[in-house]
Amino acid sequence: MAETTSLVRPGPIARFGTVISDIMARPSGAIGLTLVFGHLMLALFGPFIVPYDYTEMDANFMLSKPSAAHWLGADHLGRDTLSRTLLGGREAILVTGIATPLAVIWGGLVGIFFGLVSGRLDEILMRVVDAFLSLPWILKMLVLIVTFGSGTEVLIPTLAFFYGIPVIRIARAATHDVVARDFVQAARARGHSRATIIQRELLPNVRDALLVEGAMRWSWMLLAFSSLSFLGFGVSPPTPDWGLMIADARGFMSFSPMGVLAPMVCLSSLIIGINLTADALAKALGIDRAQKAPV
Amino acid sequence: MRQIDIKTRNVIAIDGLSIGFRSRSGAMVPVLRNISLSVREGESIGLVGESGSGKSTLALAMMGYLKTGLMVMEGSASFDDIEMFTQTRGSLETIRGGRLALIPQNSGQSLTPTLRIGAQIAEALRLHSSLPKEAHDARVTELLSQVRLPDPVSISRRYPHELSGGQQQRVAIAMALAGEPEALLLDEPTTGLDVTTQAHILELLRDLARDTGMAMVYVSHDLGAIARVCDRVIVMYAGEVVLEGSAHKVLREPGHPYARGLLASIPKLKDTHLPRALDGRPPAPGYAGTGCSFVDRCTIASDQCRDVHPDLIQGTDPGSAKSRCHHVNQVDRIPLVGQRAVRQRDLPAATSLELDDLAISYARVTFLDKLARRESQATATVDGITITLRKGETLGLVGESGSGKSTILKSVAGLLPPVRGTVGAADESALPPRVEDRNASQLRQIQMIFQNPDESLNPRQTVAQILAQPLKLYFGLSGQELNARSTQLLEQVRLGGHYLDRLPSQLSGGEKQRVAVARAFAAQPDLVLCDEITSALDVSVQAAVLELLDDLRRENNTSYVFVSHDLAVVRVLSDRVAVLYQGRLCEIGRTKDVYGDPSHPYTKVLLGAVLEPDPDFAPTLVTNDAVELSPPRTGCPFQRRCPKRTGDICDSVAPPRRDFADGHTIWCHLENL
Amino acid sequence: MLLRRLGLGAITVWLVSVIIFAGVEMLPGDACTAFLEREAKGKLLENCREDLGLNRSALTRYVDWAGSALQGDLGVSANGQKQISEMVGYRLRNTLLLAFGAMVVGIPLALFLGVVAALWRDRPVDIFVSTSAIFAMTIPEFVSATLLILVFSVWLGWVPGIVLTSANAPLVEFFPEVMLPIGVLTLVMTAHILRTVRSSVIETLASDYAQMATLKGVPYWQIVFRHILPNALLPTINVVALTIAWLLGGVVVIETVFNYPGLGRMMIDSISDRDLPVTQAIALIIASVYVIVNLAADIMTMLANPRLRTVHLRQG
Repeated sequence: MAETTSLVRPGPIARFGTVISDIMARPSGAIGLTLVFGHLMLALFGPFIVPYDYTEMDANFMLSKPSAAHWLGADHLGRDTLSRTLLGGREAILVTGIATPLAVIWGGLVGIFFGLVSGRLDEILMRVVDAFLSLPWILKMLVLIVTFGSGTEVLIPTLAFFYGIPVIRIARAATHDVVARDFVQAARARGHSRATIIQRELLPNVRDALLVEGAMRWSWMLLAFSSLSFLGFGVSPPTPDWGLMIADARGFMSFSPMGVLAPMVCLSSLIIGINLTADALAKALGIDRAQKAPV
Repeated sequence: MRQIDIKTRNVIAIDGLSIGFRSRSGAMVPVLRNISLSVREGESIGLVGESGSGKSTLALAMMGYLKTGLMVMEGSASFDDIEMFTQTRGSLETIRGGRLALIPQNSGQSLTPTLRIGAQIAEALRLHSSLPKEAHDARVTELLSQVRLPDPVSISRRYPHELSGGQQQRVAIAMALAGEPEALLLDEPTTGLDVTTQAHILELLRDLARDTGMAMVYVSHDLGAIARVCDRVIVMYAGEVVLEGSAHKVLREPGHPYARGLLASIPKLKDTHLPRALDGRPPAPGYAGTGCSFVDRCTIASDQCRDVHPDLIQGTDPGSAKSRCHHVNQVDRIPLVGQRAVRQRDLPAATSLELDDLAISYARVTFLDKLARRESQATATVDGITITLRKGETLGLVGESGSGKSTILKSVAGLLPPVRGTVGAADESALPPRVEDRNASQLRQIQMIFQNPDESLNPRQTVAQILAQPLKLYFGLSGQELNARSTQLLEQVRLGGHYLDRLPSQLSGGEKQRVAVARAFAAQPDLVLCDEITSALDVSVQAAVLELLDDLRRENNTSYVFVSHDLAVVRVLSDRVAVLYQGRLCEIGRTKDVYGDPSHPYTKVLLGAVLEPDPDFAPTLVTNDAVELSPPRTGCPFQRRCPKRTGDICDSVAPPRRDFADGHTIWCHLENL
Repeated sequence: MLLRRLGLGAITVWLVSVIIFAGVEMLPGDACTAFLEREAKGKLLENCREDLGLNRSALTRYVDWAGSALQGDLGVSANGQKQISEMVGYRLRNTLLLAFGAMVVGIPLALFLGVVAALWRDRPVDIFVSTSAIFAMTIPEFVSATLLILVFSVWLGWVPGIVLTSANAPLVEFFPEVMLPIGVLTLVMTAHILRTVRSSVIETLASDYAQMATLKGVPYWQIVFRHILPNALLPTINVVALTIAWLLGGVVVIETVFNYPGLGRMMIDSISDRDLPVTQAIALIIASVYVIVNLAADIMTMLANPRLRTVHLRQG
């Protein structure tokens, strides 16, 4: 007999390991995953390694250039740039880290549901979703933030809600694809209940697409979060946040560019890292991703 | 056999060609090994092989073309003494499409969607003929007529997607002829086309070859098509030539175990036995064995075969073939006929399935249509189906595309409720039209097997999980019991228990289909619906699945409804056959009655178009191969194409039922059939 | 076909107006409480509500608002002093200047770079272009904007980093201040479109008909221009539309960074000021533009794609 490949199907943990090593095998994936991992570590352990407290102000060093005392200089209030930069991602990662899974779950469930019921209800819903998506994201979010305030407890549900809506479309499309395939028809013909079909046939096949989409959602949410902070609608001072730091230091760019450059590099590296990882993840899982504009 | 004078100049010459790709580990994996062959001017040769034999790669290599990742390991390919692999891009461009042209497999995909047909053919003229621009239009029309397309002017203005498969294929032929080629390469040009369309295109090719004196290289797995067109046949296996000789020699008395096995596994219309299956599967590329690549599947293999690689040797008798086998003289021991006789069986009168005046439609009225008050105007896709199936009987449903045969199966399974009529179960009660309304016992009794094994198994489930589904659902098995029964099922379909942990991606097409069969039989059904279950499989694998179905039927007395477009397959498997055209019944009866006389005109057309792997066999073509989009509103469904049309009555009045002996019924206006 | 699309577009715009109105209704408070703030109680509140007609039912108010909007009258701002249509006019013009500027430069550039990157795939050109695209796409606009200001305005001093021209000045006066904002928008827009073009061309290059053209002896560049590009560029129409739609949102951040007097800035200001009528009006305008752009893209795709224009035959 001709050679047949591997014998036993790997369990979920082993599969996770395979996917990770697949990602690391590609240069883009390796870079991406390292960046993300690095930032996560920074967010977790940052408070233990920063030289200064982030609120500590030192009048002698206002807008100073990098020096021995302050490796990256200080901002307009004399606060150490290095410390603030290292801590600048914590709030963002916390908020988006919670909001992203929420968004994917709620958008995914609704999308799958509507992917399964076709007909009038489905058509109407998609029109509503389209109409909703035609409003610029910032408008929608600002309206809620301005009304309810910008604390974490408002930001998380707001981000989760709005960023879950595009997931509805993707989950619906993936569901349509899978449902049309013969093995789902075969399950239907056998008389399995709808719940069983969803759980056994549909979910495992839709899951990968949602995972990749989730990774991308995270990067767009970070983008939105930092933009909101920049505009003054996100994190409130004195919490260090990269978006906020850039907004503050903007006016003093000519004197002390490091105040803008440091947070820019950090923010960009995290978002790029997530994007590269998502790309590599898509290839590792064998998903074909069309390029879409972020919402 | 054609009478043309075959000259001695070599138009195409392949010399010791080996092509391969570099695997991840850096080793060279060969796809073609040491191929040498030549095509003389005016000659037609056939390249036969199944998937993985390398035949398509060889055809493309004749044009000096390699798919990405492939490279020439050694040897050469020449056209008219020009070595193709050393030419510049520019000189290749002059030859390709001009003196040497290709007709691709799937013309629908090979024609540029955004260019009109006329423009694409004119492009070939522009590049390869010296015709002035003003004369292009006229020549395009001429070429389209030459390939027997009706209304060529209108066709040249259309886009590729507006044509049917048969029409697209003819356009591809016209495009190839534009450059007035000396040689034509044809890569599976009739695969996927209807039986009648296929027959017409082959006739066209035969006539073209005879009229123009072109050499032709015809690549296919279909021995019937090859027999019709080729003088010489080359059989390929695992990247090598294993048999080469005249069509007569190779197709009547093949001198190689693989070729014999292949021929034996093809169902033929006159067969009295079930075709004989060829065990195992071809080796993957890069098979590193030292001996003959067929050794694992060969019934006359010896130790020598395992150790020593056989050379391609000409036989001693005059006119004999070249064969790559150590035991050519023992090849006769391999039978060309199957072992299981097809017998007319006596069946009990108990009913298994009853279809009563079934009508099914795909048209769905959308919300916006309701707003605009547009009711569904379309005629039903399937109409007036009344069939009774007895217990243990196999009913074959035949027809071409658009005949509605798969639609009927879907309705029986409850996936597509009919708009009229009922589906009755064994106990004579009506089955709820929707599968969601049926009870467990009804669900268990009817099982379905789908056409494409890649699609019908969930790619994320192991074989064990796939089999567990019906076992848990219908019998509540679990744990040890479940395992044991699953293993038993796998053994019944001639796969072992070791397949339980595999994913579908790790199985071959034939193995996947066997798992699908096992899954269907796990429910211990009374009736199994088979929707073209062998069409997506390699020829040699089909026979194994047919044998399996026959075995299971003997053991369990299951009834089958077997849908297929392949009349030979249906004949060997079925007790009774129903012929469908555009969703309406034309004829139904015992197999031998339907396949014999008297016959519905459409049945005659279908049977006439069937090809046999026999060079002396010619199909009878009586009607055109036009494609119908929808059935006519009144009268006989076959009215537009029937060669025996009697007049207006065929258009307006539904054909009456004519009963003959033993349940043989034909619906037709003709008096003497 | 066409009518159906137009109909759907109209329905979408109508749905948007309902969503906007309903959204605003559901927020606690209304235009009067926002405007009066701490004074919002008792007689003062009642009078204000009566003045602005806020004591009528929601449905009446919606019909009133929607009806006037269709006629071009967007109502008055919260303090009841200015006609919104007037205010919005100049701002819309300015924002469109940015948007058009970005499109005129960005779209051809993206098409060109995308095709080049695909045809010379994995070579240095492609690696450079693709990597730059990833950077431009993923980095937030305010970051790119700030970076560009730092480089081109602070360090090199080539262009001003902030816009000082007033909202209703003639368009010409906006140059050269408008160059950086347009530059940033172009960057992001080009990056998105470029990636889609690239993957579309790569996919088409691998198609059966591209292979057939090679085997027909068609010279390489003819294949690219006659067979590949017309097919590859079809799906990009949609992405271009999506990106234009995104522009409407992205423009907000850019206008803030550069202090540009456009519709986006006005929207942010009106939200901060709780000026609900203005917010509603701007939302409606932006959403309508989005729907129109999408509609145009759909229509263009239909015209350009022969498959959508004619009926398929069944394969036989």
